Amino acid sequence: MAKSSKPILWLPFAAGGMAAAMITPALLLVTGLLVPLGLMHLPYDKIAGFAHNPIGKLILLGILALPALHAAHRMRTTAHDLGLGAGFGVKLVCYGSAWLMIILSVVALLRI
Amino acid sequence: MSETITLEVLRYNPEADTEPHFQTYTVPYQDDWVVLDALNHVKDHLDSTLSYRWSCHMAVCGSCGMMINGEPKLGCHAFLRDYKGTVIKIEPLDHFPIERDLVIVQDSFMEKLSSVKPYIIADQPKPISEGEYLQTPGQLKLFKQYTQCINCLLCYAACPQTALNEDFVGPAALALAHRYNLDSRDCGKDERAEVVASNEGIWECTFVGACSEVCPKHVDPAAAIQQTKISASIDWFKALLLPGGKK
Amino acid sequence: MSRRPYVRKIERNWWLSQPRYVSYMLRESTCLFIALYSALLTDGLIRLSQGQEAWDSYVAAISSPPGVVFQVICLGFAVIHSVTWFNVTPKAMPLALKGEPVPPKVIVGAHYALWAAVSLVVLIAAGV
Repeated sequence: MAKSSKPILWLPFAAGGMAAAMITPALLLVTGLLVPLGLMHLPYDKIAGFAHNPIGKLILLGILALPALHAAHRMRTTAHDLGLGAGFGVKLVCYGSAWLMIILSVVALLRI
Repeated sequence: MSETITLEVLRYNPEADTEPHFQTYTVPYQDDWVVLDALNHVKDHLDSTLSYRWSCHMAVCGSCGMMINGEPKLGCHAFLRDYKGTVIKIEPLDHFPIERDLVIVQDSFMEKLSSVKPYIIADQPKPISEGEYLQTPGQLKLFKQYTQCINCLLCYAACPQTALNEDFVGPAALALAHRYNLDSRDCGKDERAEVVASNEGIWECTFVGACSEVCPKHVDPAAAIQQTKISASIDWFKALLLPGGKK
Repeated sequence: MSRRPYVRKIERNWWLSQPRYVSYMLRESTCLFIALYSALLTDGLIRLSQGQEAWDSYVAAISSPPGVVFQVICLGFAVIHSVTWFNVTPKAMPLALKGEPVPPKVIVGAHYALWAAVSLVVLIAAGV
């Protein structure tokens, strides 16, 4: 037994869990109900303008990446709970999907 | 006509059985009886071959842990009146091998408990001449809750991670490690981290929380483990930033 | 006298055997919907980088009936995540003020208050 390096996975899980808990529901309310109902609008100029700003880029990345990393770790542990094992394949799918989203987002944000 | 209640007890005789099987007993029902009293009646009057651990009959020794209708409970802490009108199913604690009848093999737990070094580890040995350790009530309050563990193993029976990974150090052992880590007289957190902060330690826990729900002494091992996760993560991060520091 | 301990195997559907395990699995399953929503947001950022037309069709897609149904389901699971997350914070971070432990209800309440404040900020930022 030796000290584990699990914190490198658990810290994003914890931070992401708090971010997801605080931000995601309101965001879902906006994109999932308020915008479809026409009560709010997300015009290209406004959102792209926000994303032009480096702080804006960081915020957009944060509200995407943190919950994604939280979900990745939880999916991996849940897969183990469900008897799907803890092998490399499970880790690749769980963390890989989150990191793919993050990389695609970074590339997209840098283009704006 | 006096009331009775029916027990279905899991039996296993290693010398005769290939598999455990249930055996039914009908015992007198008394309002103030606990399941342990019912088992004692079986042993005294119906079937002396029934084997089970018990001692204090007052929820302080931790000996009589068993599954009662699928829930980990102390036999002395489960009143017959709460099961009136039903058949009480009694099995040995989950997630442990069965030695015989309701007796489980708890050797793995004994090893896990000692592996977390559950004793004061001092920086410098303190000779008697230097006098006693002083501790304020406030300092005691920090860890007192975690001293209440009676090693009854109900938490291990409730925890699915102990079933999914038999190397998981487990709730009681990790709660006890936390008790010492929080003790103002102790300096052993780093030493304990080899086991506590290993993959088989706190990191196997997914905060199901069942352990704390079944604990008869309200130790709250789940809280102990989550607090240790935060503390271990901070220590890990500090070590990353200051590699030249204390190992 | 010979020892022959009997090992009981855990079943694959162990989490269905007790209500507390079912609620645990429900809590854990929220992660799938958080991940799927992140994927939806990623798509949004990509479309944003592709220009006005791409962005407008993204907004149309998330406003469509299937888009709304999917997001409402995600919202349900996201709220379950928030509630279960806040409820356990007193265990993970017990606080003491002047030697007295802060009551768990206060710690949980503070998180709910922060949640309300952050949600308000998100709504205002999106609406402005």
